[in-house]
Parts: sequence; structure tokens; C-alpha cells
Amino acid sequence: MSPVRRLATALALVSALWVVAAPAPSALAETTLKVVMHSDLKIVDPIWTTAYIVRNHGYMVYDTLFAMDAKGEIKPQMVDRYEVSADKLTYTMTLRDGLLWHDGTPVTAEDCVASIKRWGAKDSMGQKMMAFVKELQVVNPKTFRIVLKAPTGLVLGALGKPSSNVPFMMPKRVAETDPNKQISDFIGSGPFVFKKEEWKPGDKAVYVKFDRYKPRPEPASGLAGGKVVKVDRVEWKAIPDHQTAINALLAGEVDYLESPPHDLYPVLKQDANVRLVTLNPLGNQYTFRFNTLYKPFDNAKVRQAVFYAFNQEDFLKAVIGDPAYYKTCKSFFPCGSPLATTKGMDGLLESNVEKARGLLKEAGYDGTPVILMHSTDLAVLANLAPVAKALMERAGFKVDMHSMDWQTLVSRRSKKDPPDKGGWNAFLTSWVAGDILNPVMMGFMNASCDKAMFGWPCDKEIESLRDQFARETDPAKQKAIAEAVQVRETHYPTHLPLGQWYGAVAARKNVTGMIEAPVTVFWNVEKKGR
Amino acid sequence: MFGYIARRLLATIPVMAVVAVLVFMLLRFTAGDPAAIIAGDNATSQDVAAIREKLGLDRPIVQQFAIWFGSILRGDFGESFFFKKTIAELIVERVEPTLALAVCTVLLAVSTAVPLGVLAAWKRGTWIDRSVMGLSVFGFSVPVFVIGYALIYLFAIELAWLPVQGYQRLREGLGGFLARLILPSVALAVIYVALIARITRASVLEVMNAEYVRTARAKGLGELPVLLRHVLRNAAVPIVTVIGLGVALLIGGVVVTESVFSIPGLGRLTVDAVLARDYPTVQAVVLLFSAVYVLINLLVDVIYTFLDPRIRY
Repeated sequence: MSPVRRLATALALVSALWVVAAPAPSALAETTLKVVMHSDLKIVDPIWTTAYIVRNHGYMVYDTLFAMDAKGEIKPQMVDRYEVSADKLTYTMTLRDGLLWHDGTPVTAEDCVASIKRWGAKDSMGQKMMAFVKELQVVNPKTFRIVLKAPTGLVLGALGKPSSNVPFMMPKRVAETDPNKQISDFIGSGPFVFKKEEWKPGDKAVYVKFDRYKPRPEPASGLAGGKVVKVDRVEWKAIPDHQTAINALLAGEVDYLESPPHDLYPVLKQDANVRLVTLNPLGNQYTFRFNTLYKPFDNAKVRQAVFYAFNQEDFLKAVIGDPAYYKTCKSFFPCGSPLATTKGMDGLLESNVEKARGLLKEAGYDGTPVILMHSTDLAVLANLAPVAKALMERAGFKVDMHSMDWQTLVSRRSKKDPPDKGGWNAFLTSWVAGDILNPVMMGFMNASCDKAMFGWPCDKEIESLRDQFARETDPAKQKAIAEAVQVRETHYPTHLPLGQWYGAVAARKNVTGMIEAPVTVFWNVEKKGR
Repeated sequence: MFGYIARRLLATIPVMAVVAVLVFMLLRFTAGDPAAIIAGDNATSQDVAAIREKLGLDRPIVQQFAIWFGSILRGDFGESFFFKKTIAELIVERVEPTLALAVCTVLLAVSTAVPLGVLAAWKRGTWIDRSVMGLSVFGFSVPVFVIGYALIYLFAIELAWLPVQGYQRLREGLGGFLARLILPSVALAVIYVALIARITRASVLEVMNAEYVRTARAKGLGELPVLLRHVLRNAAVPIVTVIGLGVALLIGGVVVTESVFSIPGLGRLTVDAVLARDYPTVQAVVLLFSAVYVLINLLVDVIYTFLDPRIRY
């Protein structure tokens, strides 16, 4: 036999062995839901980061003490019952029967206390709540107490907050990890088990049904209610290219796309096997953020001028286009949520150029250029900055737009350097409505100077109102405080709301049972046939 | 010969050291902060600062470089900032798809381009020659992602013959492995077919006019034996050079192809790591690619000696 033939024979034999060694298909048909999420899962600690993809991973693997239902109300989830003392200083919470970690050990009150502490050290709303907490006491393996220094209406809202950082419960040994260090043990008590050994960043993350999960008896509603898993396995496939992801959906290689871009909706609508569904009824809010440290936005009057110069429709049309997927909303709190209000917003966001010019003159604006950061790589943000630039220039601003990718913008916005030395004056972003439901939750409303989010607004009045909101337990009074915060925002703008927009998920028609919620979740989802 | 190879291998050390310094400095001067990216959109400045400290990014650059360089000298590429995995683990996971794509592409390109180039030279001036050269210009001109999308539309969406995307490991079945490699390999091979076919044509044409070829013909040897035994062998050095260069250039091509076809290989790892400013991963992958580049060049030099006995080192 010639050397070439010998080589060919050897290759054929090796190939045959590989084929033989390949795992045989399972005898029992397994239902696998193949999903393309908005991003690849790189980090797996939902407390270490606020990234939405990790929050979504958290909802797969972990459970929460409370959760927000479809009406926006906070309902018990892992908690069976809770009592609030007459003086509103003690919350006693008892866990449901049968809650287990994925390794089969029972969930205990000690685990929950440790988890609350880790989350409370990291999350801004958690920090606010923990400022009221005197003590977290373990009463017995299933019961714990939150003892407060002063009454606050934040406890249930914080423990049931729907978005990052969500207070997910973790085993005590995991929850004792430094909050600034990523966890390395991924055991939760949620409806799905994370298959660490099958997780290949850049390829896929795999979750299997947790057979011993005990759902609540109520039907699923928002993020609350019974988390009944109806598929055996969920695979999050990493397909970064939108066009490829859509082609994969059309070809039936994947079942579900979490966030196809708006400009490709027409392609999806043409296919009879695919449907578009809006699952997040509150949607998202576009926002213009000021850096209050430097000229010209260190002057509240100049920021008010921008408030008058802008109108929401121009932004929404430029980015979303189809009015079915956006609505103007002159409220800092998402329209459709309990605290939404138009109080104080009359005449604002209507592109009143004359008024804007007048305010600039009054403020003594000297033509200092506004360094406007423009994110170019995310379709839902790319067209915002050019619209902002045009509207501001019409009002008499000088705008220097700096284009960059989103990650560069994220890094640059945390810099306190002067704008002409690598800093910035303004940028635009989008918030998931679930993150901005009240003045404490809304990060951009934090006006505590150095401790505030990038932009570092500094206003005692806003902070005092946010503090009052945190202390208030009566929802009607909370609403009045929220209105007062909004009115104050019109005089001391920390940021501007630029309207609400909605995204649709695209799914094969054999996928049903998707839940309307501010976060994409996969319990209750069924897949029948192909 | 062995002395030469040993000297060349030793020479890669300073090359790699320069690459290491360059990639480290380039990354540090690139805008972007991995800590801010890790912390996420809703994080405060304090969160970002705490993560920066944990990752050691608050230390002076010289100190960061010394720590990293010391680690790679010990063969430790460290851990990714993002993935809870070591860089070595990440690279091992990603090598197979990239290697499979590269090998398939090279085999496809060489097996198509060399015969096409020879045919064009042999039928010089005819419609065959003009067609091959026309296709070659087309292959050069169309970007790989356009070819990729066109192939997906035709063969995966319209005809449903092949999958749109993804990669199946060889151990999970040969059929699925090959089915998922065909479209990306064809898309990536087009430009190399164009390049190799042109060089093959030019090189064969040059040799076909050589005196020893005329002598062979005069001795009564048929056209085919002349072509295979005398012409191709002597035209091989430039062809091997361009194939070697092509293999090295593949490194750039796989980045785009792996993104279009969603193949979880080293190209995608590089893109993801660069976008996320995952310094340790980018540094390790660039070093690996540099080493591959240097070794391919060495291999090409060694092959010359087999093809042309006059070449000695």
C-alpha cells in the first residue's frame, strides 16, 4: 500500500471511530428550546454585575423572596407568608415548604439572610433599604426577621424589584462571597439548573428543568406566580450577528429571538412560521443624561433649555420608526406604571426653540461646545445622538459629537475629567422601565453629588424627596412625593425622558406560553413539534 | 538544516516578546475600561472602582505588565476578566472550530485554485483563461461577509440543504461536522482561490516558456507529463509561498467568517474579547496568532528545500 493510500485509510478509520463514538440520541424525546438572547452570557453572577443578560440568567437559576406580578404589585414568591409589626419596624418572613437548592439541600433562612446582605451591599436600592435595617435575624430554619431602625416603604419593593440587581437567593456559602468578586458556585433554587460543564461562552449556555422545583400554586403573572417549566432544556445560543440569528429562526434552527432589531421586523412578519410578540408591556425609556460637573451643564438653566429644545417624537421616529413600537410619554416614570405623572411637564419637550434660546441667553451661555457622546454600534441607540445634536443646535447650542462604540462610551462616562481632557458633557441611553419605577430605584435621579451615578448631579431637594419617598409607607403619599420629585426635576434636570419604546420577541409559531414581564423568562413556555 | 530550524525557532522568542509588549501597550491605550463593562449599565462609579481594584487595573501600567509578563513566562496566561475560566481553557475550547475551518478552507482553496490556475495558463488567451481570471477578480473584490450571506440565503434558506450557522464537533458526528463547515469554508475560500489561481497561472506561464520545458517537449514527452513533471514542480515555489501567506492571512478571515456563521472559534473569541476589553484574553490570543504566523513562515521556508534542491540554509 502506498503512503498516500495508507494515510487515506487511517483518516477514514479515525473518522469512522469518531462517528461511532458520537453519543447516541436519547431514547426519550427531549424538548429543547433554542433561544438567541440579546447578548452572550459571559458573566454568571447577577449581583457582581448589573448587565441585563446576567439578570436574565439569574431568573433561570435563582428564585426571589418576592416578585412583581403583571399588575406591578409585589407578591410573595419563595416567601409563604409575612407579617409586618404594628410599628412597621419588623418584617417576619416564613419560607414556603419544599424549597430546595439544586444539590437537594433545603433552602434556609440563613441562606436568605446572607443573600440579602450581599445584594444589599451592591445594589443601589438594596443599599437604600439596608440603611433602614437595624438587624437581620434568623428565627428558625424557615423564618427570618428584618428589623428596621425606622419605618420604610422600601422593603417589599426592594426585595421584589424586577431588574438589576435583583435580590436573588443563593446558598449561604455562595452568598458570603465578596460582592465585588464573581461567584464560582452556580447552585440556585430556581426552576432551571445551570449546566456549568456545558456552558461555552461565545457558543451556548445550557439550562435544564429542575425536577424538584416546587412552583407556587397560583398561575404565572409577570415575574410572580407559579414558575411551571414545560420544556426539558433551554439553550441560549450566542449568535451575535442579527441577520444570521434571523436566518437561523427562519430555517427553524432556533426557536426564539429575544431582541431582533426593529428594521428587520418586516422580514420576520413575512414568514408564516414566525410571529412577533411584545412581552414587556412597560417597554423602555430613552434618556438624555447631563454631566453636571462642567460647563455648560453645571448651570440648571442651560439644562432646562435642552428640556425645551427637545421633543420626543423626533427621537422615537429616528430610532424605532414604526409608531406601533413607541409612544411619547412626558413623565420621568414609565407611562403605564403606578407613579407615571405629567405634573410639571407642561410646555416641556415640545421643541420650543424660542424659549430654549431665551433660557440660554438668561443663563449667559457663552458657546462652550457640548461634548455629546454618540454610541454607534447598538441599533437602538445609534440614531439618538444625531437627533439631539440637530435639536440642540437649532436652539443655539454648539455641539461636538464624539462617535464611539458603546463599551467605550460606558468607560468614558465614568470619568470625571473635564470634557476637553477625555471627559464628557452628555450622552443618550435607554432604561428598561422596570429599573425606573420610582425615585429611589431610578439611578439617574440620585442627586447625591459624588455618590450619584455618572453625571454626578447634586441637589439637596431631590435627595430629601427621595429620602421621604423611602420612608413613606402609604402608596398615595408616595405618589405625591414622586410628583414633587418630577416637578423638582423640571427645575434641576438630572436627565430628560425621551419617550417609551417597545421591542418584540420573535418566536416560531410552535412556541407558546410566553409570559408578559419586564424580563424575558422561560417558565410556562411550551414547544410543540417543530 | 536542523541548525537552521533551531535558529529560526530561537528567533521567534524576541519576536514574541516584541508582540507581547506591543499588544499590552496598545490595549492599555485603547479607550475602554473592562471594569465599567463588567459592572454593567446601572452600576455606580464606586462599583466600577471596586471592580477595577479587584482586577488589579488600578495598579501602575509597568507593574501590571511585569505581573502579566512574569505569568506568561511561567506558561500561565491567567484568567479571563469576564468568563469564569482560564485563558488556556477558553483557547482549548475554541481551537477545534477554527482549525477545522482553516484546514477545510485551505484544502478547498488549494484543490480548486491550483488546477484552475494551471488550466488558465495551459489555455492561455482562450475563453477558459479569461473566465478564470474574471472569476479571480470577482473573488478578490467581493467581501467575505457578502459571499457568506449570499450562500446562506441560497443554500440554507431557499434550498434548505445546509444549516445556516453553528458548529458541530467532530466527535458528535461527521455528517453534522461537515454540513456546518461547507458554507463557511466556501465563503472564506473564495478570496484564496482567486489569489492562488492568479499566482499559479503566472508562475506556470513563466516556467512553460523555459528552455528545459521546450527540451522535454522536443524529446517527445506528452503535454500532460510535461505539465505535471516539469512545469508544476518548477512553478511550485511561488505557489507554496502564496499558500503560506494565505494560511497566515486566514487568521483575519476567520474573524469575519466565524461571526457571520456563528462559529465559536478563536476569531469570535478575539472579537468578543476586544469588544469587552478583556485584556488577558486578547493578549493571549494575539500572542498565539503571532506564534502561528511565525511558524507557518518557517514551515514554508522548510518546504522550499524539498521543492527546489538548490535552496539551502
